[in-house]
Amino acid sequence: MLRLDCLRSVYSELEDYLVVTIMGAVAAELQSLGHRPNFFYLQHAMGLASSTGLGLALCLPNQRVIVFDGDGSLLMNLGSLTTMARYRPKNLTHVVFDNESLLSVGGFPTATSTGTDLEGVARSAGIPRVVTVRDVENFKIAVREAPHRKELTTIISKVEASGPSGYVTDLSLLENRFQFQRYIQSLTQH
Amino acid sequence: MPVSLANSKLIFEALKECGIRLVSALPETWLVHLIRMTDEDPEMTLLRLAKEEEAVGISAGAYFAGVKSAMLMQNHGFLASINGIVSFAHLYKIPLLMLISYRGSFGERDPWQTQGGNVTEPVLRALGIPYFFLDSIETVKKRIRDAQTLAESSLQPVAILLARDLMWEE
Repeated sequence: MLRLDCLRSVYSELEDYLVVTIMGAVAAELQSLGHRPNFFYLQHAMGLASSTGLGLALCLPNQRVIVFDGDGSLLMNLGSLTTMARYRPKNLTHVVFDNESLLSVGGFPTATSTGTDLEGVARSAGIPRVVTVRDVENFKIAVREAPHRKELTTIISKVEASGPSGYVTDLSLLENRFQFQRYIQSLTQH
Repeated sequence: MPVSLANSKLIFEALKECGIRLVSALPETWLVHLIRMTDEDPEMTLLRLAKEEEAVGISAGAYFAGVKSAMLMQNHGFLASINGIVSFAHLYKIPLLMLISYRGSFGERDPWQTQGGNVTEPVLRALGIPYFFLDSIETVKKRIRDAQTLAESSLQPVAILLARDLMWEE
C-alpha cells in the first residue's frame, strides 16, 4: 500500500477537517494532491503533530480534526498517545503511516521493523479505538468511519517505505501557518 | 508543604485575568497549588502531560483555535522542550506563555536540581527567549500581563521564571 494512494482515497473528504501532517513525505505527498487552507504541515518538531491535533480538537469540539502522523514521529513522542487517551476527544482521528522507516532522512529502520506493534502500544496507552489497515480500501473505510464512531480513533496504516524524490515545496512555512490560522478564524466567526 | 498558597493564588488569578483558559502542566512541587486551582476551576481546562514538550504542540493547536493558553513546568521540563520550542514555536512564530519554576538556584537543597538551575538562564538567552522573574507579590499581575502582551505582539515564546522567594515559604 502506498501512502500517496491512501491520501488520494480520502482527499475529497479532507475538506471537512482541520488537517495536521508531519514533515517530509507525508507533507509533500498531500501537497502534491493539492494544497488547501485547512491543511497545516508541521515541517519539523517531530512528534508534536499529534499534540497539535489534540490541542485543536479539545479547543474546537465541533470541528473534525485529523492528524497524519508517522511511525518515526510517533516513536519520538509515545507519551502523546497517553495524553490523547486521557482526554480522548471524539472529534480527533489519528492516522499513523507506518513504513517501518525514517524515510525522509535516508531510510533508517525504526523499531516497528523489529517487532514494535504500534496498534498494541496505542491500545495499551488507552486509545479507545485502534485499527490497523493494510490496503487502500480499508484505509478509506477506516477514515470515513472514524468520526461516526464518536470516539478517538488511531488508524495504523502499514505502507511501503517509498515517497517523493524531494520534500521542499513552494509553500513557505509561515504562509501555511497564517493561512491555516485565518481559515480557522473564518470558521469560528460565523 | 511550604509552597505558598497565597502567592500561587495570585499567579492563578493573574493568568485568568489575562484570558488564559487552557493550562498544560506536569506536576512539580512548587506548582501543586497552581495545578490544583486550574483543575478545580470550571472556566479553565487543565491538560496533564507525559512530557513537557507536548505542551508546545497543544498550545500551538489552542492558539490556532483562538484559545489563550499557558504552560506550567519546571526548568528541567523547559530543557526537555527545547526542540519543540525551536522547531515549532520559533520556526512558525507561535506565541507561548511559559511559567517555569526556577529550581536549583540559591537556596536549593535538592542536589538533583542544581545543574538545571545553572543552565536555565544561559539556555533562555541562547534561544533568544525574552524572560523575567516573578519574585515579589507586587509585580505578579503586571508581569504576567506584560509577558502575555509581548508573546502575542511578537508571536514568540516568552518565559516567566517563578522564583523561590515567591513560591516557597519557610
